[in-house]
Amino acid sequence: MGFFIETLFGGLMTGMLYSLIALGFVLIFKASGVFNFAQGAMVLFAALAMARFAEWLPQWLGFESRLLANLLAFVAALLVMVAVAWAVERFVLGKLVNQEGITLLMATLGISYFLDGFGQTIFGSDIYKIDVGMPKDPVILLESAFQGGVMINKEDLYAALIAAALVALLALFFQKTGTGRALRAVADDHQAAQSIGIPLKRIWVIVWSVAGFVALVAGVIWGSKLGVQFSLSLVALKALPVVILGGLTSVPGAIVGGLVIGVGEKISEVYLGPALGGGIEIWFAYVLALLFLLVRPQGLFGEKIIDRV
Amino acid sequence: MIYRENGQFKTSYRSDLQIFPILQDRVAILALLAIAFVVVPLGASDYMLRAILIPFLILSLAALGLNILVGYCGQISLGTGAFMAVGAYAAYNLQARIDGMPLIVSLLFGGLCATGVGVLFGIPSLRIKGLYLAVATLAAQFFVDWAFLRIKWFTNHSASGSVGVGSLDFFGIPIETPIQKYLFCLAVVCVFALLAKNLVRGAIGREWMAMRDMDVAAAVIGIRPVYAKLTAFAVSSFMVGVSGALLAFVYLGSWEPAAFNITRSFDVLFMVIIGGLGSIMGSFFGAAFIVILPIVLDQALPVIGSLFGLTLGTAFVSHAVFMLWGALIIFFLIVEPHGMARLWSTGKEKLRLWPFPH
Repeated sequence: MGFFIETLFGGLMTGMLYSLIALGFVLIFKASGVFNFAQGAMVLFAALAMARFAEWLPQWLGFESRLLANLLAFVAALLVMVAVAWAVERFVLGKLVNQEGITLLMATLGISYFLDGFGQTIFGSDIYKIDVGMPKDPVILLESAFQGGVMINKEDLYAALIAAALVALLALFFQKTGTGRALRAVADDHQAAQSIGIPLKRIWVIVWSVAGFVALVAGVIWGSKLGVQFSLSLVALKALPVVILGGLTSVPGAIVGGLVIGVGEKISEVYLGPALGGGIEIWFAYVLALLFLLVRPQGLFGEKIIDRV
Repeated sequence: MIYRENGQFKTSYRSDLQIFPILQDRVAILALLAIAFVVVPLGASDYMLRAILIPFLILSLAALGLNILVGYCGQISLGTGAFMAVGAYAAYNLQARIDGMPLIVSLLFGGLCATGVGVLFGIPSLRIKGLYLAVATLAAQFFVDWAFLRIKWFTNHSASGSVGVGSLDFFGIPIETPIQKYLFCLAVVCVFALLAKNLVRGAIGREWMAMRDMDVAAAVIGIRPVYAKLTAFAVSSFMVGVSGALLAFVYLGSWEPAAFNITRSFDVLFMVIIGGLGSIMGSFFGAAFIVILPIVLDQALPVIGSLFGLTLGTAFVSHAVFMLWGALIIFFLIVEPHGMARLWSTGKEKLRLWPFPH
């Protein structure tokens, strides 16, 4: 029982991180109808920027403090992501207005190749560390309930808390601020939003910046767990089934989907994996999402797809 | 002046049904075939054949197959690599397990197995549409990747799933030298291109296109969605499977599952989109672009660097190629979102009026 709960917790924590990346997908899809394959590349790019600035800034400015370096690096990386958002709007999406979904999808694949190459050209392609001082030691919970208790990595716990806080923050931003309201209006109906004077271009830059911010947070968390390296951009592939399971247009869907996939993946790996030869977590999430979509083609919380002739 | 159809009248049903109704087109295509079959083998160097022309031919076959699914039937698939892998490993198994199996039978068997898997993963398309389907087809990609890595029976219990084939022959004629390989691939591709062209202009092709343009409306006028979508998946994965088997047998020789990973799927999709959705000709243009671009970039960058007195490290070059590759794809999508096939047809329209435009 203790082992089961441990697996469950592990799944929930990974799921939280998947939700974080899925959130980036959903934000952009809602606001601009673009299925952003470059989210993974953005995570890598942001993490690289963060890792390298944390190393470079103290050298350039001549200070020692670890905390200050991390803070400044975070701000610098955020600025870089805003610049990326602006460039994407200015040079790619602004030129592809009214194109079909698949063309836009391929354009974001182009962006992801570009960002992968660009990031590794200017920031280097070794494995870098992000050290934001997250504790690495495990804690034992619920010792009274089970024999041996439940062992949980403190780092995972913090990561999940940060992810949850970020989700809450974004929800507040979307529900309570004027910009958030404009974003929701654009998500609802581009033309109607434009006709009441919401500047579409600025909204797109904001949305991509927010997605960049989410990517940065995800990059910092994954980066401090696994180290910043190329494989980070593949994490996004894990978030894709989350997005379709939850529904492409739903923020709560991204979160619930992430948790479902995270738990499903871990439990299937532990309990089904040995029977099937191991390593099944690569495809299990996809097959799970696929089977679910057969029942509900628009995902858990997606808008109902209505076909009109 | 040269290219116009004035005075070419269709006097029989046969001539009305021709693939190339204009005489100049027929001459051009015959000349092209003559060049491909005779002049190129005589003139091209071994490197040219091995590194550019053979992969170009094989990947155009894959692009042709995917174009039927995405361009004609409107079902986005990101699982091309998986279907190629199924084709390659199925053909390998037949070849390795039964002595003296003719090569062509193995290739077709690979195609048939890919068809089975393609139809299986095509069933969700009856419920799931658009981008949801695109992501759902990734399930095929990752599942197949995993299956060939972990299920040892498929790879004849070889370590890390890497397998290879020995010498190839076509009913006694050996396929050893680059020229022989090139001619073999060319023949296969020509047969399939002709087949695809005839399929898409027949009844079934019109059903696919109706399904692509508006599936509900198509169903209303009496086209069965199950039949139309699943045949598109079947035909498409058959071609993709054969091309996978060709790629493995003729081009790679020995391979492992990573040869058919997700990057391969994306590459083939790029070919289809850059070449032109819903165009047979476009598949060839796209394949040429995607095969040649990285080679050119790889060769050109150090040269350009040395012009400015820089020696570029290999790591830098490989990253810069990535960057330029992404940038060029975006550039191309912006300049011509309908693909090279559109450029081609605009060019033909212009040529009709040349040199006296109104």
